[in-house]
Amino acid sequence: MTRRTAACRLSLRAAASASFGALAFSGVALAGDAAPALDAGDTAWMLTATALVIMMTIPGLALFYAGMVRKKNVLATAMQSFSVACLMTVIWMICGYSLSFKHGGFANPVIGGFSSFFLTGLTPDALVGTIPESVYMTFQMSFAIITPALIAGAFADRMKFSAMLWFMGLWSIIVYAPVTHWVWGGGFLSRMGVLDYAGGTVVHINAGIAGLVCALVLGKREGYGVVNMAPHNLVYSLIGASLLWVGWFGFNAGSALGANAAAGMAMATTQIAAAAAALAWMFAEWMVHKRPSVLGVLSGAVAGLVAITPASGFVDPMGALWIGLLSGVLCFFSAVILKPRLGYDDSLDAFGVHGVGGIVGALLTGVFARAAASGGGGGLIDGNAAQIWVQFLGALVTIVWSGAATFAILMALKYTIGLRVSKEIEIDGLDLRLHGEVIH
Amino acid sequence: MKYVSAVIRPRKLDDVRAALQALGVSGLTVTDVRGYGRQKGHTEVYRGAEYAVDFRPKVKIDAAVPAELLEAVINAIREKANAGSIGDGKIFVFDLENVIRVRTGEAGADAL
Repeated sequence: MTRRTAACRLSLRAAASASFGALAFSGVALAGDAAPALDAGDTAWMLTATALVIMMTIPGLALFYAGMVRKKNVLATAMQSFSVACLMTVIWMICGYSLSFKHGGFANPVIGGFSSFFLTGLTPDALVGTIPESVYMTFQMSFAIITPALIAGAFADRMKFSAMLWFMGLWSIIVYAPVTHWVWGGGFLSRMGVLDYAGGTVVHINAGIAGLVCALVLGKREGYGVVNMAPHNLVYSLIGASLLWVGWFGFNAGSALGANAAAGMAMATTQIAAAAAALAWMFAEWMVHKRPSVLGVLSGAVAGLVAITPASGFVDPMGALWIGLLSGVLCFFSAVILKPRLGYDDSLDAFGVHGVGGIVGALLTGVFARAAASGGGGGLIDGNAAQIWVQFLGALVTIVWSGAATFAILMALKYTIGLRVSKEIEIDGLDLRLHGEVIH
Repeated sequence: MKYVSAVIRPRKLDDVRAALQALGVSGLTVTDVRGYGRQKGHTEVYRGAEYAVDFRPKVKIDAAVPAELLEAVINAIREKANAGSIGDGKIFVFDLENVIRVRTGEAGADAL
């Protein structure tokens, strides 16, 4: 059950009401009147949801990440989110949307088709379900924007800007488009019955694993573990995390593709999980490090938002509470306890929060999904333990593909244009040396 | 003439400034500084990454005063900057050879 099938359900409902209207007002029941019609309420909500998700990246993620780096890298970090938002928009227009959501003919299980390159056929009256295809395409675009932007947290402070743009562009075509197609575009994962309401697998596991591979391939920041790398301004991060939180209502409730009961429940579960995870991280940190930190409570909220993403439309409020509490503690453990012991430098915890949170969310969706909301047999809670295995396979496939393809892209770039700035540039700071600007 | 340079707690600056002004100290230069003395630094923790911050933020005030005012100035700073704990700061006193006002060229005590 995916957004694609959710759209089918919506279109049926819209078709039914359209035929009823024809009967009531004209007294003539037209044959073939079952074609879906535009629903103004659904369209209004999806226009809003799309704007909310764009806001998650700019300025949400830009500020969240920029606040966590040192003063000399604030602009470079914000620039990554902003420029990626622009680059992904154009790539999505050229080929991303088509490869993700159009039928790929014989190759459809693994990749979409070429029929909508340059958005050919996107006419004003084209519909997907009950909303214009233009809105659907832009809504999906907002996901294609934030996913690569999330990866940037892993290599903050040390990647060349040119290499970053090449990496993001190639990654969006080689990794994001196929995985999106597998889960939401009718590819093989959706046929296996993987449940991913709003992108736990497509967005968060995908970006988190890519982030981990980036951190490993690029290596640690200069002076990691020795130099003081304290965040420059956590108020930026607080504003950014808050914008992410609010934007996430568009992300999750928007994935209902309409203004309906599923959207309402997705919004409620999103709020509950975010708050529960924020508290869980805060109390875990309070016990381990003796103080509840601002960065901790923000990180916990984002971890909860990540973990509820695949589950948001499928679980009830109790499920959301459990997913929030568990993801808050587990992401705290991975980012704060495990990472230093393993010794990789995932600067802003793209993997620790998005990768781990995404995997926790994907598996717990297999536990807490309700049959009535998800179709099929639901999760363990409704007696369908097999769903956990399906969820595990979905996560595993994404981990393998994202990990391998990310590694290949990075290697290709490493031996052509190079990935890292020089030691000298890294010490001087990326703002001045890469962009010729400083914050103040 | 004497040159007084005192490192104090930032939150004590307003009290010290008011006391010196009341004494008739006619000018003051204030600088945000960092440093260490007997007071130890502190530790910050961000997602488990601990950073020892060795230098504490302090404020340094510099003032040129007539010799006869020196004792009163020292007493005022000591009284107003005192929180009764390590980290209250230090007062450095120098002999001052000359002072020249840029605009008029006045020198010595007239330029204070």
